[in-house]
Amino acid sequence: MEIPIKVTVNGEVYEHRVEPRMLLVTFLREVLGLTGTHVGCDTSSCGACTILMDGKAVKSCTLLAVQADGAELLTMEGLARNGELHPIQEGFWREHGLQCGFCTPGMIMAAYQLLEENASPDEKEIRRALEGNYCRCTGYHNIVKSVQYAAKKINR
Amino acid sequence: MGKLIGEAVRRVEDRRFITGKATYTDDIKLPGMTYAYIVRSPYAHARIQQIDTSRAQAAPGVIAVFTGEDVKDVNGLPCGWQVNFRNGDTMKEPKHPLLVADKVRHVGDNVAMIVAESREQAKDAAELLDIEYEVLDAVTDPAKAIEEGAPLVHEDVPRNICFDWEIGDKAKTDKAFADADHVVSLEFRNQRLVPNAIEPRSAIGVYDAARDKYTLYTSSQNPHLIRLLLCAFVLGIPEHKVRVVSPDVGGGFGSKIFHYAEEALVTWAARQVGRPIKWTAERSESFVTDAHGRDHVTRAEMAFDKKGKIVGLRVSTVANMGAYLSTFAPAIPTYLHGTLLQGVYDTPAIYCEITAVFTHTTPVDAYRGAGRPEATYLLERLVDTGARELGMDPAEIRRINFIPPFDGVKQPGYQTQVALQYDSGNYEATLNRALEIIGYHQLRHEQEEARKQGRYLGIGFSTYIEACGIAPSAVVGALGARAGLYESSVVRVQPTGKVTVYTGSHAHGQGHETTFAQIVADTLGVPLEDVEVVHGDTEAVPFGMGTYGSRSLAVGGSALRKGLDKVIEKGTKIAAHLLEAAEEDLEFADGEWTVKGTDKKITFGEVALAAYVPHNFPEGMEPGLEFSTFYDPANFTFPFGTHIAVVEVDPETGKVTLKRYVAVDDVGTVINPLIVDGQVHGGIAQGIGQALLEEAVYDENGELLASSFLEYAIPRADDLVSFEVDRTVTPCPHNPLGVKGAGETGTIASTAAVVNAVIDALAPLGIKDLQMPLTPQRVWQAIQQVQAS
Repeated sequence: MEIPIKVTVNGEVYEHRVEPRMLLVTFLREVLGLTGTHVGCDTSSCGACTILMDGKAVKSCTLLAVQADGAELLTMEGLARNGELHPIQEGFWREHGLQCGFCTPGMIMAAYQLLEENASPDEKEIRRALEGNYCRCTGYHNIVKSVQYAAKKINR
Repeated sequence: MGKLIGEAVRRVEDRRFITGKATYTDDIKLPGMTYAYIVRSPYAHARIQQIDTSRAQAAPGVIAVFTGEDVKDVNGLPCGWQVNFRNGDTMKEPKHPLLVADKVRHVGDNVAMIVAESREQAKDAAELLDIEYEVLDAVTDPAKAIEEGAPLVHEDVPRNICFDWEIGDKAKTDKAFADADHVVSLEFRNQRLVPNAIEPRSAIGVYDAARDKYTLYTSSQNPHLIRLLLCAFVLGIPEHKVRVVSPDVGGGFGSKIFHYAEEALVTWAARQVGRPIKWTAERSESFVTDAHGRDHVTRAEMAFDKKGKIVGLRVSTVANMGAYLSTFAPAIPTYLHGTLLQGVYDTPAIYCEITAVFTHTTPVDAYRGAGRPEATYLLERLVDTGARELGMDPAEIRRINFIPPFDGVKQPGYQTQVALQYDSGNYEATLNRALEIIGYHQLRHEQEEARKQGRYLGIGFSTYIEACGIAPSAVVGALGARAGLYESSVVRVQPTGKVTVYTGSHAHGQGHETTFAQIVADTLGVPLEDVEVVHGDTEAVPFGMGTYGSRSLAVGGSALRKGLDKVIEKGTKIAAHLLEAAEEDLEFADGEWTVKGTDKKITFGEVALAAYVPHNFPEGMEPGLEFSTFYDPANFTFPFGTHIAVVEVDPETGKVTLKRYVAVDDVGTVINPLIVDGQVHGGIAQGIGQALLEEAVYDENGELLASSFLEYAIPRADDLVSFEVDRTVTPCPHNPLGVKGAGETGTIASTAAVVNAVIDALAPLGIKDLQMPLTPQRVWQAIQQVQAS
């Protein structure tokens, strides 16, 4: 049995029939070919699959594709506009907030939601907001600085 | 020094990572792709009685089911390092099959591979595979595994001993202990860790029958090594018919050095199936199949004279190899641990013995630091314990024991008691700088004040040395390595003066595309954007040894630098010809050759063009401007430094809170400080993970209890603080860049610094030792125990 869904991803509307058990992240990666969203675990712990669903950061490995029916999604691929980096992307580049890059999309999406809710977070607030996203490379030091950079730039 | 070397150049590779356009192995989708699922043993030790594949074969979408029977003529996974017994007997090296036919030896051991049209179908079919096991007794603790009567992992390996090994002078050390004024000793388990790179391992096998050619895409740190092992040892297929590509790789930390069964299985089966096969680990599989790290059971003793001078060190370690020998496993407790026991101290007598044993656990191999964190941990814990028992300040006891400064040029290298010769070092300088940054005297005062208020503040030191860029090949060969440890480069100057360089190193987060481009741009005087760095494809890059052991810049960067020198040398000949001047009258700077004392000059681009359009060219000279270089270093490089951790322990809950962390490292000349700092930060976090959070716990049946991120805690953002990082610079005297290595320093140093800090905090309660990880429960129990007694 396959179920029809209609999802808006990065401003484009997609209509597909999917198995009810298909995870949202699988839909993005395998059906739409949007491989910028990553899978790092099978327990909803690592946050590599974080995307925005109707403006909220969600772990796309924890949702079924059918749950996204009618929703508006933003993934890593949709963040830059007309080739211009979003301030968070720019922050991660300027402050060396990534090394292997695998956690980066999820990290940036989680930071996106944080800055939507709190325009000037302090270090503690940044660390708390990102505790659902694992990074094994950076020790989070430069991720914190990247988010601070973005906050400053957005607030300017 | 050029314009870019030493600059915090922003990474040129970042664009693809921050826009979702990177290509990790699992992102690759090929026409006709099929998907593999590996059925793994749920038991640590069991005999396979029977496998009935019929129901799985018949499941929807299933293309093939392979079991141990199907690969019984295929060789097992080889080990790349041989360490023989002390008495000369050969190391025990049991077969490590791709799929097990008879007996499984750890939870996660590969039993069958199902190939289907989709991942889900392959996984569904796995449920239908009927396997009968006869469960046998298991042993997971290496100290218990060597006891008489312990279950045997391999029937032909008595007492599960893989090899035993020793280094140093036993008689001299025993005498030093007999004559010593004071001896301290510790017994501990340097606990088993799971590397947990955030990208799970992945491999895609492709066979093109029309060309009789295989391609393997794999999340590896060293594609050439994988190709060599795959072709020459496992599958016996011709090396020139196999291309191995390691595209973007999401972290390795050692765990992606090794050749894994899945790489060979998808390559082998792609030919059987006639379609590409992709396998990607789920995290639960990563936990039980990625090679683990550490797992040493150690007794260590340090002897002092009255003044606190170290007079001897004695170490006895049982090292867990797991169920089979992973690629470099035998080298870790021996040549990357035993040989590091000199540390930064002038200890005159050292002896170390290692017993390597098999257990019913996931194989153990190099994990960030690999042997050196274990060496540093025992040394730094012993030195601190000595300071406490002798009533000395931990900074002072280190100061009086440091090897005096030597630059390796005017002063010779330092010959240790355990084979290695250090290249250059100034250990006290890093201590002084770290004390200054942390404000040591003020901090001790604050600690005293805090104690008066019943707060438990602790300060912990770790003054470490690292050995990286392990070399030269002839020496490591004599020590049992079955590979060379050089590195390769190709510098290809294009006709328009743009430069493509190919390196045998592999980046999986280290930023080679930037650091290596900085070296090229500065050396040739071309803009950074005119340089492209290529790595990770055996079809493009000359045979290279890949990236691990902090070797890329010291070995790969030096290979590159030597290639660039050849370009300049040939370019000078071409320039001299075109300028009608003698070579010795030319000078090369900023991308131009100038005739000294004149305004006659020619640019790098003009010379490049002349090399490929050689109408007017030196007689007899080959056209082109391209050089292939292999560089085999004269020695390891030896970074060092001082780390200081400040913690507070809540005696009510046992929770340790990190307050400050200062790291002063010396990694020789720095090409890109941004990238070096980033490496240090990440390393510190991993070491703190070991100190406070991480442990791969097995139960007595061999079940890995910490087998997901729900049970195995890696550091999160809110577990850590921002680190205060600084440097001293003592160049490496034996490579052309003066660089050492920066990838593992943080991990090597930080575990001991944090544990020492916690023990310092709890010293007023009489706590002298704690077993890692220092979880709230463990710390709380220790406090309860001392208070009860």
